[in-house]
Amino acid sequence: MPEMTYAEAIRSALREEMQRDERVFLFGEDLGRYGGAFGVTFGLLDEFGPERVKETPISEAAIIGAATGAALMGMRPVAEMMFMDFILLGMEQLVNQAAHMRFMFGGKATVPMVVRMPGGSGTGAAAQHSQSLESLLIHISGIKVVNPSTPYDAKGLLISSIRDPNPVCFVEHKLLYKVKGEVPEGEYTIPIGMADVKRTGRDITVVAANIMVPRALAAAEKLTREGIEVEVVDLRTLRPMDVETLTRSVRKTGRLLVVHEACQTGGWAGEVIASVASSPAFDYLDAPMRRLAGADVPIPYNRNLERAAVPQEADIEREIRALVHNQY
Amino acid sequence: MEKQGELVTENAQPGEFRAQVARLGLSDEQLVEMYATMCTIRHFERMADQLYALGKVHGTMHLSAGQEAVAVGLGRALRQDDYFLNHHRGHGHFIAKGADIGRMMAEFLGKDTGYCRGRGGSMHIADVEANNLGANGIVGGGISLAVGAGLALQMRRLPQIVCVVFGDGAANEGIFHESLNMAGLWRLPVLFVCENNHYGMSMEISQAAAKLPIAIRADVYDMPGRFIDGNDVLLVYETMREAVEHVSSGKGPFLVEAETYRYFGHSKSDRNLYRTKDEIDDWKRRDPIIRFRNKLIEAGIISVERAQEIDLEASKTIDAAVAFAEASPEPEVSSLTEFVYA
Repeated sequence: MPEMTYAEAIRSALREEMQRDERVFLFGEDLGRYGGAFGVTFGLLDEFGPERVKETPISEAAIIGAATGAALMGMRPVAEMMFMDFILLGMEQLVNQAAHMRFMFGGKATVPMVVRMPGGSGTGAAAQHSQSLESLLIHISGIKVVNPSTPYDAKGLLISSIRDPNPVCFVEHKLLYKVKGEVPEGEYTIPIGMADVKRTGRDITVVAANIMVPRALAAAEKLTREGIEVEVVDLRTLRPMDVETLTRSVRKTGRLLVVHEACQTGGWAGEVIASVASSPAFDYLDAPMRRLAGADVPIPYNRNLERAAVPQEADIEREIRALVHNQY
Repeated sequence: MEKQGELVTENAQPGEFRAQVARLGLSDEQLVEMYATMCTIRHFERMADQLYALGKVHGTMHLSAGQEAVAVGLGRALRQDDYFLNHHRGHGHFIAKGADIGRMMAEFLGKDTGYCRGRGGSMHIADVEANNLGANGIVGGGISLAVGAGLALQMRRLPQIVCVVFGDGAANEGIFHESLNMAGLWRLPVLFVCENNHYGMSMEISQAAAKLPIAIRADVYDMPGRFIDGNDVLLVYETMREAVEHVSSGKGPFLVEAETYRYFGHSKSDRNLYRTKDEIDDWKRRDPIIRFRNKLIEAGIISVERAQEIDLEASKTIDAAVAFAEASPEPEVSSLTEFVYA
């Protein structure tokens, strides 16, 4: 199977959907010649022209609002927030407008739009360009939140997101853009709301998404030398959450560690743990359920502080070991 | 920017009125229909107030009595299939755009037969199939939606335009700037109508805007702007028709600020502590319905008796809408979680 990077996989999904459906258009800042801040849309301007690669003024609120209005009219906008942090400028339009419109109008409005947004730390961009705000987003009824970890998942899920009749927040990670992975030729989709068991194991379930999936997999690989077999469940979609897959895994392993980059307080790990705690899987637990999340601080600039603010491979390894050995 | 209207129309002679009507190409039937629709809006708002006083209304409401000339002048200038959005104080616009009054009243009473099946209420009436993209409860929230709708029309090479009505308060939201800039930049087919009724909730516009009128802002977004007497229905119609023609012809967006006044408070919590009875009475002397009715009578288009009949018919229309709404079922509680996702 051919390999491509996470960024190329996203570009490939955008290109194919724009070729397939003329209602699909890109909408955001510096998407054209510049190719977006991370080069994801590079080359699409030449291929599709300035109307379908629609560059906007620096107006995040109106980007989300206008994308909502266009979607309401039957278009399929794929809006981009240059950094996930900037969705905060568009939250009024995303929440009060896009997310609520269908319900508020008694089921008669349809808002098929995607908002792509690169989140996460690790680039030395500090507190306003490094956040993982997906936990804020999953609280909102009416939107879906996708958070892929591999090029394969990113492409298949982005295609599904573009075809979905609801507003979808598509959360990418800056550190994953250059990561390569196998992506098949030809069209395929991955359903929104379906988790993926990225690694099977009998001793403990690690639930993760996005950048924490490769870190959890690397930690799991190391722990095999100690005889610990880790099962890694990649949620892929945070809302709707695939509770079925994660509870099935917990029933098998009896232990659960949830890992995310987002700050711990109010983070989505709480939602995962509550789902297990209130399901029959609870009876299968051999240890307390634990979470390993970002520290409750804004992301710092200094390299060492920045690394310390979010879970790293060694942290995950340590947490798994402690949980498996009942040292909590 | 000079305001158009008021002095000229107040002093207008019947002959001048006839000349204006001839210039606009309006038939007597059309004029009478405009008057009747203004009466219908006034009765709808009065009835809404009464129903609230009777304890029949669960939520809030934002009544537009006093502002009927903007709704009807605009409603007649727009084409049936033009797209439309507005904000809190939107009952009149929908009635003027031809909405079903029974379904509006049913929505107001939270019934399953309402436009939003009781999920939206007074503040969120929408009829997407009829190109009514909905009322917005966030001040200025619909302005950027209109820009997106306009972008969709432009991309799809469709002939309709989008019109969004917002209040004077919305003009001070950041989204106003972002949206009008985009619309001007891309020459989008959007008609922006600022219904200046002088108050946000309680703050008078001169206390909220650094420079007035709001319509002067059109210039910085490279679109024409007009500041008009919004209590003169024919002036509103004439101005909106010019604006619609401009926008429809691909020349880009247009901003009209129509000055008017609301008689009722902002919403049900309003005790009118921020304005005087004299001020309200002064505006009632410039009442848009009475002004238009007097002109129609002076010009011999209708008699005093016919004017009264029309008003009574409008009242009966509202009574029928209330009867329909009250007889309608409530939404099933078991349907609570429907419509969140498509």
